[in-house]
Amino acid sequence: MTKMTKYSMYTKMIWNALLRRRSRMLIALLAVAIGATVVSGLVTIYYDVPRQMGREFRSYGANLLLTPAGDQQVMMQNLVANATALLPSDKLIGIAPYLYDRIKLNEQPFLVAGTSFQAVKKVSPYWQIRGEWPADQSEDIVIGAEVAERLEIEPGQQVTLAVAGSEAEKKVKVAGILRTGGSEENFIFLDLTLLQQMLKKEGVISIAQVSITANETELNTLTQQIGEKVPGMEPRLVKQVTQSEQTVLGKLQALVYLVTIVVLLLTLICVATTMMAVVTERRKEIGLKKALGAENRSIIFEFLGEGLALGALGGLLGTVLGFFFAQAVSVNVFGRMISFQPLIALLALVVSIAVTGLACLVPVKIATEVEPAIVLRGE
Amino acid sequence: MSLLELHDVSMIYGSVKALQGIDLTVEKGEWLALMGPSGSGKTTLMNIIGCMDKASTGSIVLDGVDFTDVTAGNLTMLRRDKIGLVFQQFHLIPYLTAVENLMVAQYYHSMPDEQEALLALERVGLKERARHLPSQLSGGEQQRVCIARALINYPMLILADEPTGNLDETNAKLVLEFFQQLHREGHTIIMVTHDPKVAELAERCIVLEHGRIANRKDRRIVCREEEVS
Ligand SMILES: Nc1ncnc2c1ncn2[C@@H]1O[C@H](COP(=O)(O)OP(=O)(O)OP(=O)(O)O)[C@@H](O)[C@H]1O
Ligand SMILES: [Mg+2]
Repeated sequence: MTKMTKYSMYTKMIWNALLRRRSRMLIALLAVAIGATVVSGLVTIYYDVPRQMGREFRSYGANLLLTPAGDQQVMMQNLVANATALLPSDKLIGIAPYLYDRIKLNEQPFLVAGTSFQAVKKVSPYWQIRGEWPADQSEDIVIGAEVAERLEIEPGQQVTLAVAGSEAEKKVKVAGILRTGGSEENFIFLDLTLLQQMLKKEGVISIAQVSITANETELNTLTQQIGEKVPGMEPRLVKQVTQSEQTVLGKLQALVYLVTIVVLLLTLICVATTMMAVVTERRKEIGLKKALGAENRSIIFEFLGEGLALGALGGLLGTVLGFFFAQAVSVNVFGRMISFQPLIALLALVVSIAVTGLACLVPVKIATEVEPAIVLRGE
Repeated sequence: MSLLELHDVSMIYGSVKALQGIDLTVEKGEWLALMGPSGSGKTTLMNIIGCMDKASTGSIVLDGVDFTDVTAGNLTMLRRDKIGLVFQQFHLIPYLTAVENLMVAQYYHSMPDEQEALLALERVGLKERARHLPSQLSGGEQQRVCIARALINYPMLILADEPTGNLDETNAKLVLEFFQQLHREGHTIIMVTHDPKVAELAERCIVLEHGRIANRKDRRIVCREEEVS
């Protein structure tokens, strides 16, 4: 058995106060841990919302259009590849090229669009197809709901396509009928290459729709770059989409921010009340320590030590739980996993300790005011 | 020079005159018993002597140090260095073991020393209970831990406020035997008691009545059984 240092006696007192008074301290620990859980969870969500929602928003369609420069009606398809090279590939959801023209379907004139159905599925996930999407490599087509209604065509039916001023005819199958609630319902959609061949417009497109996860600022930068580096192409933002995304994001973040502040305040009050009860309950002990010669400084260090240990323990617990909380929210609300953010974990821990320290200030002040004389009085 | 000298000490709480004009001298090695009815000011006097409260008026000299006008911080230092306290309600820290309770007193005084604390427990016959929490000890055992704690920093003066008040006869006897031993070893003891049998063990006895030291013939309480006759 060796002489102990003052420090090891100090830690011994604090640990025993926490461990041997378990039931009392568990309540305080729970208060801190719950606060830390909600706060670290919310902060994680706060920083993840733009990423999560950014992906979510992309299901509402393209946010960037690549159009021919000047008053040109069409542009060369290979320009799209040049533009794509300038886009960050990890944020790119899809690029759908379109060639617009007129075509006769069962002898009636309609608007037609040649595109890549694979790309459309990515860029415009809101397209609702009755029937089926055209199989890969097939010559099947999709027709808008308006067209189908006018001609009374059902999915699976054969139709005849013809180009004005040309004798060539093509018999194809209608794979599905499209509903979007928009002008697409008046169109006939077929594979881009097929349409190019029929129109003898190989390698030509009218427009390309791009879906990319980026905020307004990033999109503006990209637009500028493409405009400068790809001559013959004029990129344009889909303003309504990008701006409403920003607004919704801002509101969501403000909400999470507010809730975080409220939870922090509640934790503060809860811990302060618990520590107040701890101090009241231990008035005798404080009086005794003073009677034994403890200075106010020692009393302050001990209660702050207990409080901060609680804060650290609760914060650690809460940070771990908070990650799972954020994960659960993310999976259930956004359907996506989040990754562990060490910086947020550290922040949650520091905030827990700071909040507990703050909550201890008044109780500790009261502790220093306890008179040693109470130990002799049978209070 | 006497160990403790009180001159004209008074303590007034608002309108309550808890102590009035107390003059008292205690010599080194003396065992003084303090008696008196409830509310007569015994605890108040103990608090003043024990440097836990400041008297309203009067002068107090303890071990050559006049602490009539000392600051609260110096009072804490005096208390820590010179006083050992034994309480009726023991006042052990419930979440610390017997030996740790002794080490707390060392901790606030200077340096915790486990070996010395264990020796002190051995002196009061509690070596085997050193690692027990207060809740695992009997009242008598708790009071012995309390006495060991009061002695751990070698105080000049031991103050005991009804140390046997919460004990049964057997335990009270055991605890009093310790006080007798301490007295033989030359410790100075001031002990509040209601029990004339306990007061009888002391060398001297004073009785407080209404905050004053009562004269032998005026007082209603007797210190020693032989006084009755
Ligand atoms: N902090 C205080 N504020 C006001 N009055 C007090 C205070 N402390 C003691 N008193 C009063 O001072 C008087 C003396 O009290 P004290 O506790 O010294 O009596 P006592 O002799 O120890 O009594 P008992 O035998 O019951 O312990 C009592 O009238 C009491 O009510
Ligand atoms: Mg009393």
